[in-house]
Amino acid sequence: MSDAMAHDDAHHGYRPGGMKRWLTTTNHKDIGTLYLVFSLVMFFIGGAMAMIIRLELFQPGLQFIDPQFYNSMTTMHALIMIFGAVMPAWTGFANWLVPMMIGAPDMALPRLNNWSFWILPFAFTLLLSTLFMPGGAPAGGWTMYPPLVLQTGDAFPFLIFAVHLMGASSIAGAINIIATVFNLRAPGMTLMKLPLFVWTWIITAFLLIAAMPVLAGAVTMLLTDKFFGTSFFSAAGGGDPVMFQHIFWFFGHPEVYILILPAFGIASAIIPTFARKPLFGYSSMVYASASIAFLSFIVWAHHMFTVGMPLAGELFFMYATVLIAIPTGVKVFNWVATMWQGSMTFETPMLFAIAFVVLFTIGGFSGLMLGVTPVDFQYHDTYFVVAHFHYVLVTGSVFAIIAGTYFWLPKWTGHMYDESLGKLHFWLSTISVNVLFFPQHFLGLAGMPRRIPDYAVQFADWNMVSSIGGFVFGASQLLFVIGIIKCARGGVKATAQVWDGAHGLEWTLPSPPPFHSFSVPPDPATIEGGMR
Amino acid sequence: MSEAHAHYYVPESSGWPVLVTISLFTIVCGGALWLNQYTPGPMILAVGFLAFFAMLFGWFGEVIRESESGRYSHWEDVSFRMGMMWFIFSEVMFFAAFFGALFYSRVLSVEWLAGAGAKAATHEFLWPNFMAEWPLLKLPSDYGFQLAKDVIPAWGVPAVNTAILLTSGVTVTWAHWGLKANKRAHLIVGLMFTVALGAFFVYLQALEYGHAYSELGLTLNSGIYGATFFLLTGFHGFHVTMGTLMLFVILLRSIKGHFTEEHHFAFEAVAWYWHFVDVVWVGLFIFVYWI
Repeated sequence: MSDAMAHDDAHHGYRPGGMKRWLTTTNHKDIGTLYLVFSLVMFFIGGAMAMIIRLELFQPGLQFIDPQFYNSMTTMHALIMIFGAVMPAWTGFANWLVPMMIGAPDMALPRLNNWSFWILPFAFTLLLSTLFMPGGAPAGGWTMYPPLVLQTGDAFPFLIFAVHLMGASSIAGAINIIATVFNLRAPGMTLMKLPLFVWTWIITAFLLIAAMPVLAGAVTMLLTDKFFGTSFFSAAGGGDPVMFQHIFWFFGHPEVYILILPAFGIASAIIPTFARKPLFGYSSMVYASASIAFLSFIVWAHHMFTVGMPLAGELFFMYATVLIAIPTGVKVFNWVATMWQGSMTFETPMLFAIAFVVLFTIGGFSGLMLGVTPVDFQYHDTYFVVAHFHYVLVTGSVFAIIAGTYFWLPKWTGHMYDESLGKLHFWLSTISVNVLFFPQHFLGLAGMPRRIPDYAVQFADWNMVSSIGGFVFGASQLLFVIGIIKCARGGVKATAQVWDGAHGLEWTLPSPPPFHSFSVPPDPATIEGGMR
Repeated sequence: MSEAHAHYYVPESSGWPVLVTISLFTIVCGGALWLNQYTPGPMILAVGFLAFFAMLFGWFGEVIRESESGRYSHWEDVSFRMGMMWFIFSEVMFFAAFFGALFYSRVLSVEWLAGAGAKAATHEFLWPNFMAEWPLLKLPSDYGFQLAKDVIPAWGVPAVNTAILLTSGVTVTWAHWGLKANKRAHLIVGLMFTVALGAFFVYLQALEYGHAYSELGLTLNSGIYGATFFLLTGFHGFHVTMGTLMLFVILLRSIKGHFTEEHHFAFEAVAWYWHFVDVVWVGLFIFVYWI
């Protein structure tokens, strides 16, 4: 890829090479690449932990690891996948695409951009180092509920500070995207002409800025409760452990939309391209995204229906939660309507995007079930919940990340990826991911609890099926890496437009694009033509 | 958003962000080791902080040099403004978490511990003698806590501090008028007053903390009141300290002749930040000290 970028404008001054280039870069494409590579590495580290979990659950009884380490694995798997894999992947996409999509030369605050990225490897060094500490890695669940999490050993302050750093990185990244979109749009690029990926990312950025500081506050209270004698979460001192859950989920629920909104944007870019039709209901998509974002701040306690809230609270949070189905339904119907009577082709990005729509919707429906208070009393803390959030996160966010990668990889590298390898990756992933997660619905409904390394023998069959699905899904992702490496190293030259149905400013630039995306703002007529 | 983009200034590669990150990493490693009671912890922490401020000095210095050499036009300025605005909003949300804890415990959890609502059993089986009050001086359990004799009343030093901060908000605006009218001495005097008022606020707050700890027995370990009180006022005090430092840097830059009538983003950013800590204090005064 460095080769591809070398043909850049010579009038730009000194630019270091090698490692120093990556450490000191202020270029949105370099930083985007760093984010995406980091995300991929974390995806495999978190994935390895998932494999350990599925290995232990292959059969009832304790076979391979002790329960403490098992709990560390579930905790670390979640933290790494959420903060290390999915969120940095979105910021990587935003870095690469937002300036190109809005006709800007770069991100608005390039040095801040570098800082947002470089915090992450250090934060995750901190987090991963806890695996080797006395007392082991954090094992109280990624939600860090007190009082359990306060029993963490030496890892505890490292966990808290790692979360602080990740939060700082996310906030800085979000600020940069807001400043870029609101300040650096090309002439003629009005807000309602922005590609939906840009729209969903702005909304995500607002969610990040509003939610991440609250998480920082919550974990700071944990830190002072453990080390400085405060009693925020201790009833003996007048505090309340449930209060942590309220503060945490005030962050946590917007967080799940932070993880999924950019995926909506990606689906809204890919489906029109391969259906060769404009996106159905553009403005309703924008308003639906904004509504989802707003609602995300008033539904948090649906994660804690069983803690003993007043009845009025249970009812309010139930109604507010199921209300989210409306804007989400608008989106799903719009995607389907976009495909209706389109002249569709099924290249790998489209396959993943269609799978995203179908499988994310399954996750949405199970979410609706969980949102109903009396029903949640039965489902709470069972594998049904695990199945639900893996449908929305793996077949939702991760599938969209994969779809987006195949979609824009030719633009980024200048080469087409290997289509048959991509299709193989798709079919293996899609079949195995359902073998992996669908049976977990049955397990949960039958009463199997989450976060337990051993289980009653009645759950044995579906667990074995799920584990087999897991191993195949894990192994299939190696095809993804092979595909990416092959594509970065060479292949059929990609044209500027890459896909014949593609519209948008990024497709007017050569593949790979020049070092500074739009040194000169694009012609407003291009914008009119591009935004169908 | 006209042809200005063509000239949008994208800096050369910069080493400062990664150096700031390394010093942050040193700070948190030192802090974590210290909390885990490993001897080198505090030393590493101190080194980290020194490095952090040195690196920030370098980073901001680079930006200031670019600004003073006229690299920034309108659009760069707007980017910085948006950045500062949303950074302050993120700070607001950070404080919101602690205000949320204050309201939740005061309105809900303390009452519930005393049996309010449907929590009669909670009260009966946990601490049947507990009675709700605010400020909460008598805790449900006294095991392992240092009970406070009293809390700091609103109409003493906190009221004076309110007056100080509100006045400093006026003086910084007055300094801004001086800057916009290109009256350098006016600007410098206004900033000096603001820095002095900020420092005086921190001094009085430190005295109050000493009083709370040594005479009132109000500490971090005095239950939920002490926890919310010290975390809210502590983070606020930290922000005032940072704000005063920032104002001091702006003062030095003003003395050096930086800023023009039209072009003084740094001044405004710090002034916004100062108004933000001002507003947070008013919230603190009302909800922590007064009602």
